Amino acid sequence: MSVDKLGDSKLGDSKVGELKLGRRQLGGLGIAAAALAAGLPAAPAIIRRAAAAEGEPIKIGVLHSLSGTMAISETTLKDVMLMLIAQQNDKGGVLGRKLEPVVVDPASNWPLFAEKARQLLAVDKVAAVFGCWTSVSRKSVLPVFEELNGILYYPVQYEGQECSRNVFYTGAAPNQQAIPAVDYLMKEEGVKRWVLAGTDYVYPRTTNQILEAYLKLKGVAPDDIMINYTPFGQSDWQNIVSQIKSFGSAGKQTAVVSTINGDANVPFYKELGAQGVKATDIPVVAFSVGEEELAGMDTKPLVGHLAAWNYFESVDTPENKAFIDAWHKFIKNPKRTTNDPMEAHYIGFNMWVKAVEKAGTTEPNEVIDAMIGVSVPNLSGGYSALMPNHHITKPVLIGEIQDNGQFNVVSRTPGLVVAQEWSPYVAETKDLIGDWRAPLSCGAFNVKTGKCGGGGGKKS
Amino acid sequence: MTRLFAILLLLASVLAPPSVRAAGQEAAAQSDALAAIGSGDYDKLRQGVSALAASGDPLALTILSALHDGRLMVGPDHTLYVKAADGKLTNAATGKPAGAVAGLHEVRMSNPVRRALEAALGGLRLFSADPAQRLAAADAVFHTRDVAALPGLEKAIAREHDPTVARALRQARAAALLSDAKASQSDKLVAVALLRERGDQEARNILAGITAPPAAAAAAREAVASIDRTLALWRMAQDAYYGLSLGSVLLLAAIGLAITFGVMGVINMAHGELVMLGAYTTFVVQEVIRSNAPGLFGASLFIAVPLAFIVAGAAGIAIERGLIRFLYGRPLETLLATWGLSLVLQQLVRSIFGPDNRQVGTPDWMSGAAQLGGLQITYSRLTIIIFSFLVLFALMAVLRLTPLGLRMRAVTQNRRMAAAMGIRTPWIDALTFGLGAGVAGMAGVALSQIDNVSPNLGQSYIIDSFMVVVFGGVGNLWGTAVGALTLGVVNKFLEPVAGAVLGKIVVLVLLILFIQRRPRGMFPLKGRAVEA
Repeated sequence: MSVDKLGDSKLGDSKVGELKLGRRQLGGLGIAAAALAAGLPAAPAIIRRAAAAEGEPIKIGVLHSLSGTMAISETTLKDVMLMLIAQQNDKGGVLGRKLEPVVVDPASNWPLFAEKARQLLAVDKVAAVFGCWTSVSRKSVLPVFEELNGILYYPVQYEGQECSRNVFYTGAAPNQQAIPAVDYLMKEEGVKRWVLAGTDYVYPRTTNQILEAYLKLKGVAPDDIMINYTPFGQSDWQNIVSQIKSFGSAGKQTAVVSTINGDANVPFYKELGAQGVKATDIPVVAFSVGEEELAGMDTKPLVGHLAAWNYFESVDTPENKAFIDAWHKFIKNPKRTTNDPMEAHYIGFNMWVKAVEKAGTTEPNEVIDAMIGVSVPNLSGGYSALMPNHHITKPVLIGEIQDNGQFNVVSRTPGLVVAQEWSPYVAETKDLIGDWRAPLSCGAFNVKTGKCGGGGGKKS
Repeated sequence: MTRLFAILLLLASVLAPPSVRAAGQEAAAQSDALAAIGSGDYDKLRQGVSALAASGDPLALTILSALHDGRLMVGPDHTLYVKAADGKLTNAATGKPAGAVAGLHEVRMSNPVRRALEAALGGLRLFSADPAQRLAAADAVFHTRDVAALPGLEKAIAREHDPTVARALRQARAAALLSDAKASQSDKLVAVALLRERGDQEARNILAGITAPPAAAAAAREAVASIDRTLALWRMAQDAYYGLSLGSVLLLAAIGLAITFGVMGVINMAHGELVMLGAYTTFVVQEVIRSNAPGLFGASLFIAVPLAFIVAGAAGIAIERGLIRFLYGRPLETLLATWGLSLVLQQLVRSIFGPDNRQVGTPDWMSGAAQLGGLQITYSRLTIIIFSFLVLFALMAVLRLTPLGLRMRAVTQNRRMAAAMGIRTPWIDALTFGLGAGVAGMAGVALSQIDNVSPNLGQSYIIDSFMVVVFGGVGNLWGTAVGALTLGVVNKFLEPVAGAVLGKIVVLVLLILFIQRRPRGMFPLKGRAVEA
């Protein structure tokens, strides 16, 4: 109780700080005051936004945690957004107007995400928001975006099973990451026995549910699948690694599919190294470990363990080289790594720019309609297109950890993979599709019953 | 393509007279294998590695060792070069020195290639002059169960004198035989017996994979059952060791709190952040060593321990003087103020060092593991166990044997009487708090070896630390030690049965029940001190 109180007062303080910052950024204090005065809670967001004067900067919301546990991952995304916006302004902005970032700090606090999202849409009247990392934070802001008809670009690989009109999912759905990784292990490494290890929350549980169904479909016996969940921030992995070792000594090639989240990865990999589990014995393929996470580790004992992403810093394309150079210059540190969610923001931002230019306005309804079919170059080579299900097409790359902390791409899908927002391997969602083109305009259309919003009660 | 060539090669080797084969074919095999290795295609690379090892080329061992160590370079025209430790290049095909070449990058491998390479190197090193290398080679072959290594193994066994190596070789032969579909049943039965005698997890792994012929499969099943019985016992011992290790980590995290909370009664929610300061001190020490004196890296932790004590201790004294001394006797306010302080410290570190994890290296003497029968002892954990007990005993010695310790005990037991005896109680308070904080800093050095060095490091330990101190009995160092070890062992025995999430819950429930029964913990302080 008392702890909560203190938390609130701290958050209150940070809010005051941000408001001040926001005002300074606005430049003209008069406009700010007018905007605040006009920002009556009852007025619909669209009218107020349409009233914005011509030539006034277009505001872009950046909703990433800059403090708290998720700051480790999300701060970089804030920086990359600032870089992309600055680059676009150098090119003359969008529709002849400059872009202006509005950065808020939801402090790794899920309810605060919703509050800050509301502030961005209702008070700052941003044209689009780039933000969120965890699924919980996305679920927390979703009602706000749907109520105020905002646009959210969500850049992180996630568990799927969602398709909102107001969200563009630029990260990977499970079939754009997990399933190709499992296919690779089956085919190239002859894996017959599987450990699905994850942190105990929504993303690993849903992903593992999909993977388990998929593996069984491929003829893997239930005895050959071990599922293990650990609490957030698990730091003592001795027992679990030794369990994995003994599970792996049943005479069949074994692999670990890891959806272990964030900070728990470092002690997990350290323990693998300490107990001498090499990639040639039991390879571990991870969906949440990228260049950024490896930066805090000595990767020599981890060489050969795998990760599946849609982008690696080591990908050799001219676009990627230009992106990395610009990033190093912007952040003034040649050692900073780039990673997959950064690429997702790169794609999402360029798509937004294209859609706004196509629509000729930043009005959300028109931008949302203009987004579908937009195609921009990604950094892994090729063009990513936005599909009617509000997900994008992506190549899937499998990389092996190198001793320099980078990944070496050992396999990539021949073409781009289209996202399956509703998993065909889960009974409740196998008949659902999302299609936001008129006249269907539905995030969860049941092809069996022909009704919108049916199936599993998971309306979106 | 390569497979076609391999078949042709096989045909040619059968048809051609031996003398011709020796000269012409070997060179062709070598150049083709090298072309495959330099092709940049992982499938071809894997076949090339095996083909090179089988070609009998005298340079094969050099090339494959270079590939293993990441010293095999490939040029833009797919020519291979071996890079020596001093950076000099030699052409892999001819063995002649080469000048500088532009556009070189090392040959990259995938896991299937690494497996083939391990097998190939094992086969080639079987005849090394160094027994340690032969032993490693035998282990590698055992591990990869490479059927192709069988003829080499036979030869090696015939000329081996060293009994340990000979045993390893026989086991390797048994492993390879068992994965050879053509081996006779009697051979396989002997092999099963040999592996049963070895009796470790890897032997079990091989035995569990045998399905034919029936007699061997039956023997293997029996062997697996027998190995499983032994392994189950070892696993108990292993769990106990894991428990001891987790307990020692808890002890380290809690022992500073046993002073500040246990002895002084201050609820210090910023305790975890003092641990974090210690971990960041280790990071800074290692960074300085890396850029100034890389040779000292092995000693980095010995330098970091006293420094972390000083840094965290100084921070502790500053906290006591600047904040806590105004709040004595007001536990709720202390709790809130120190919790706020913990957030301030976290954000401070985040602003200075950045929000991401910092890399703290493990010195060589602390990495790796020793095999003790079926028990695997990881050196880093062993070091932490020893270190935690050293800290415990040192702290006890300070409290019992030094004048400072005497004054600390006097002040906590009867403040007014101590003041009347001329002890400057405010200073003793500050020093006691500083001592507890310094010990927390030392814990940070140890934790940097097994956990993330990030601004959130402390948060994950604060709850556990309070749990240990309350469970063990407030104000009692022995209680803290016994409490930490008990919690560690119970946790590790529950984890395999109940799973990590449920295990943690069960431990918490048990703890609550225990505190209900005995509110003062396992070893409550007795006597007048309690009432004071």
